[in-house]
Amino acid sequence: MKKETWKELPTGTVNIHAGNSVSNLTGTWRSGRRPEFIEKNCIQCFFCWLFCPHFAILVKDGKVTGINYDYCTGCGLCAEECPTKEKSIVMVKEEIKLAEGRKK
Amino acid sequence: MAVKLKDLAQMEDKLVAGHGMCLGCGIPLIFKMILRATEDPIVVANATGCLEVCTTIFPRTAWNCMWVHSAFENAAATAAGVEAMFKALKNKGKIPADKKIKFLAVGGDGGTYDIGIQSLSGAMERGHDIVYVCYDNNVYANTGGQRSSATPLGASATTSPAGSKSPGKVQKKKDLTKILVAHNIPYVAQASPHRWQDLYNKAKKAFEVEGPAFLNVLCLCPTEWKYDESQGIKLAQLAADTCAWPLYEVENGKYKINYKPKEKKPVLEWLKPQGRFRHLFKEENAWMLEAIQKEVDRDWEDLNKLAEISGA
Ligand SMILES: Cc1ncc(C[n+]2csc(CCOP(=O)(O)OP(=O)(O)O)c2C)c(N)n1
Ligand code: SF4
Ligand code: SF4
Ligand code: SF4
Ligand SMILES: [Mg+2]
Repeated sequence: MKKETWKELPTGTVNIHAGNSVSNLTGTWRSGRRPEFIEKNCIQCFFCWLFCPHFAILVKDGKVTGINYDYCTGCGLCAEECPTKEKSIVMVKEEIKLAEGRKK
Repeated sequence: MAVKLKDLAQMEDKLVAGHGMCLGCGIPLIFKMILRATEDPIVVANATGCLEVCTTIFPRTAWNCMWVHSAFENAAATAAGVEAMFKALKNKGKIPADKKIKFLAVGGDGGTYDIGIQSLSGAMERGHDIVYVCYDNNVYANTGGQRSSATPLGASATTSPAGSKSPGKVQKKKDLTKILVAHNIPYVAQASPHRWQDLYNKAKKAFEVEGPAFLNVLCLCPTEWKYDESQGIKLAQLAADTCAWPLYEVENGKYKINYKPKEKKPVLEWLKPQGRFRHLFKEENAWMLEAIQKEVDRDWEDLNKLAEISGA
């Protein structure tokens, strides 16, 4: 993210870039586990979307399509609340830590 | 009025990804629903606390709508001022008189039950057309877990720590919702994120009524409550099932309970998964467990009586 100087910044501590936190990739906090989406079991109830604190459930054309690992922190709420008998989201071990994104 | 999650999911987010709230935090769950409960533009006045600090670390903001910072003590006054300003602009013909804008003040329990209560009371009494939402995580979370007047009886917090001489907080939680009812405003309600439809409906009503409305929403805080963050929604369900956090609304003075558990569970089921109550399960604190159950029972009974009187 380019740092603005006093020449570009509006006066009065105003942020005119609504929603620009999306450049902060919270997925870099994830450690040890991540959710995996199993489409064939999914009944499109949207509970995972509802209960994800980090807005990391991908929705396309009115359907849940997967996980956005750029923001997923691995809290496990989606998998826990997924109601299907054969889980449509499971938590799996994740070896790699994505530390680079933090510096962006 | 039944709304579908699928449709809500396709609305634009007014609070977006990249915020810095903890793993499993309940705050985004609450505002994901509330910010969708009106189609009109919203101006948010935010008292400092986790929500504000984690969403507005300069030069970033997670707010995708009009938003204004407030000090810890005056979110309600800020929102009231903004509402009055828009009224004046309409009167002067600077914006169309029929332009619909919603004003939302938000604060934590510290910012609402404690330091913000006078500005909140003032704004409610003056009748500003604003919605105030308190996300009640029972503690001053942002500054490391000090007790507030919303911290429940028996909870350990950094300024009411449990130890050999202390069973945790010895004072009962303040009943702020009832204090707001006593302001005789058109709409007051308690909600919880696990019952999303109820939360959505309440936010919708709050936005739609003319005059002030107040929502008190239980807010999960895995960091300060000390539980496995994946279990948050089940925990919120337990708060409702034990009647530790009843879901009800008061419309024009009339009480209505929105959720009655088929079988009221013992309060220890809500306490047990949380580290902040761990000490209560030692033998010497058994009396406190009993006291908590007694208080919950009495409050639930009182609430039922109030609903009965209201004819609901
Ligand atoms: C007048 C004043 N006193 C103290 C603070 C420091 N402070 C910032 S946030 C906070 C705690 C907020 O607690 P709460 O309102 O419950 O929100 P939470 O952090 O739990 O989200 C405190 C004490 C402040 N900003 N202003
Ligand atoms: S693990 Fe948590 S952050 Fe990741 S997608 Fe699931 S609910 Fe969202
Ligand atoms: S909670 Fe499970 S079943 Fe429901 S939409 Fe998400 S993945 Fe599909
Ligand atoms: S401390 Fe609690 S309320 Fe604050 S961001 Fe973390 S989980 Fe959320
Ligand atoms: Mg708090």
